[in-house]
Amino acid sequence: MVLQILFIALTAFAVYWFSKNAGKIRRNILLGRDIDRSDRSSERWMTMVKVAFGQTKMAARPVPFIFHFLIYAGFIIINLEVLEIIIDGAFGTHRVFAPLLGGLYNFLIGSFEFLALGVWLACVIFFARRNIVKLKRFSGTEMTAWPKSDANYILITEILLMSAFLIMNAADFKLQQLNISHYIQAGAFPISGLLVNLLPSDAHGLELIERSCWWFHILGILAFLNYVPYSKHFHIFLAFPNTYFSNLEAKGRFTNMTSVTNEVKAMLDPSFVPDASVAPGRFGAKDVQDLTWKQLMDAYTCTECGRCTSVCPANQTGKLLSPRKIMMDTRDRLTEVGLNIDKNGKDATDDKALLDNYISREELWACTSCNACTEACPVNIDPLSIIVDMRRYLVMEESAAPSSLNAMQTNIETNGAPWKFSPSDRANWTQSN
Amino acid sequence: MDFKVPTMAEMMAKGEQPDILFWVGCAGSFDERAQKITKDIAKILNHVGLKYAILGTEESCTGDPAKRAGNEFLFQMQAMSNIEVLNAYEIKKIVTACPHCFNTLKNEYPELGGHYEVIHHTELIQDLINQGKLAASNGESFKGKRITYHDPCYLGRANGVYEAPREVLAQLDSELVELKRCKSNGLCCGAGGAQMFKEPENGTKDINVERVEEALSVNPDIIASSCPFCMTMLSDGVKHFEKENTVQVLDIAEITAKANGLS
Repeated sequence: MVLQILFIALTAFAVYWFSKNAGKIRRNILLGRDIDRSDRSSERWMTMVKVAFGQTKMAARPVPFIFHFLIYAGFIIINLEVLEIIIDGAFGTHRVFAPLLGGLYNFLIGSFEFLALGVWLACVIFFARRNIVKLKRFSGTEMTAWPKSDANYILITEILLMSAFLIMNAADFKLQQLNISHYIQAGAFPISGLLVNLLPSDAHGLELIERSCWWFHILGILAFLNYVPYSKHFHIFLAFPNTYFSNLEAKGRFTNMTSVTNEVKAMLDPSFVPDASVAPGRFGAKDVQDLTWKQLMDAYTCTECGRCTSVCPANQTGKLLSPRKIMMDTRDRLTEVGLNIDKNGKDATDDKALLDNYISREELWACTSCNACTEACPVNIDPLSIIVDMRRYLVMEESAAPSSLNAMQTNIETNGAPWKFSPSDRANWTQSN
Repeated sequence: MDFKVPTMAEMMAKGEQPDILFWVGCAGSFDERAQKITKDIAKILNHVGLKYAILGTEESCTGDPAKRAGNEFLFQMQAMSNIEVLNAYEIKKIVTACPHCFNTLKNEYPELGGHYEVIHHTELIQDLINQGKLAASNGESFKGKRITYHDPCYLGRANGVYEAPREVLAQLDSELVELKRCKSNGLCCGAGGAQMFKEPENGTKDINVERVEEALSVNPDIIASSCPFCMTMLSDGVKHFEKENTVQVLDIAEITAKANGLS
């Protein structure tokens, strides 16, 4: 009874704490400017089904695709059993679904075991890719101690959780064979059945192992749930809304700033009355609040896989720019802004900004806007739009473009071409051979 | 040019309306190398007897480089004055010589009041081939030549045009050798995002050198592309490796014009 109460209290607390932190992330995301992504809902559902559920963009790299899919499928399917664990934990039952599901139950438990082994193997391989093979994609200036540890903590936790799950089943299986009354004959143990010889034979010891693993498994899951909001691993939730709210336009289409349209129209036509619903605000983005909520959601969705950076032409030729860093900086700055709000109220400000304190001008000016990063991202994150919005701030608020770009702009203004040619010579090519 | 390239103003004066407006672009108008591509596109249009016109001195920068650099004001100023000209001439269809003009006119002008059917010259050429109006005949033979194609970002990834240029090349009996990074994985030439107009930021290598190194690794006779900025970057890269005497950098339009004996 004490254990049941403890279990219920811990679960309730874990869910409460998670909701609280998830709520803060939601609040932080909504600090962003508004952008309308409520259109074309069927196309959006399709994108989410394909990109998030089907993980189609992962397939570009087959090895991680297969193992990642295994972890993803394992995570979702094995979590069906968490429902049973929660009921068992709260009511003191054991394998409560077994009598209800009969043969299907055995099939399910058997399948979970194969998945658990798959997840275990995949995590070991991923761990090795990061720490032994040392894939280039997982290094870089932004991959400091914390992001590296974050990835490893997740993998180690999953390896331990899956180990506990299989050892628990092995102990359970052995207890069933000993006909201990609490351990009803249920389940199929194709993998853990191979482990029984490693376990002691006395019922007491087995029960201790079974219970320890059971508690480790469920407490591990609850702890993991509460780790995720602090981690890059939050993508397991946000990948779905983030792909739903994807940019569905051609990648080459940059937004036309409505605030600018109003000013330009007013300049060209003095009788023009601007749309009053557009708040004047800052041109472009200096800090995270100047970005849209979708760009901020992108930042929390990023799992730092580095596919963007590994295809970025600037990064691949040694420039400072790394699209992954753009996303990580945006999230880190947003987290900082959020903590400041928690501490000092919703109007709290500090003397920092995303620009300069996190992202340098050199990074922004290295971008070729080639869209390789957006193409590569498995969850449709758009680092390019952040770069462009920050360039807009630099150019329109600070007039701080590199001097050669200022010359280009002056040429367009005066000659209608980015180079210093007379507009009257534009058709001269028709006169020569 | 041994034929007259009509302007919209002249057409209007004669009370005529062209089927298609040829948007030349700033590089195509002023850059010496790109002018050759422009002329070949005009020759192709003239050869197939398409009713076309250019804006001539009424054309102005689409505003693309200003927009990519972050100057939305300048972009929209350019866009709105261009739209005014285009709408005054009641333009319905535009072919561009440059993927950057193509992208801007096609994707960014509609919201500002400019609604046109916009195609890139590789799409037009492919269309003309499909209609039987253009063949690969009466000109230079590309049979057996190794041609590799560099996808311009603003044609490929930005707008999904991957097949048109390849289908044009497929007409030539040449050997199309794909680069390791091609189509949606294509590597930028280094000129996009207004980089064309500035020095690159500090790094270990220039992007065009990286790209041309990759292209040279497939031992091509010709590196083909379809963007005047890519043309500059790739040509410079080929010169960097001192291969300009053995490897040609050509636009799809130039290859088409040569194959048809037009240039």
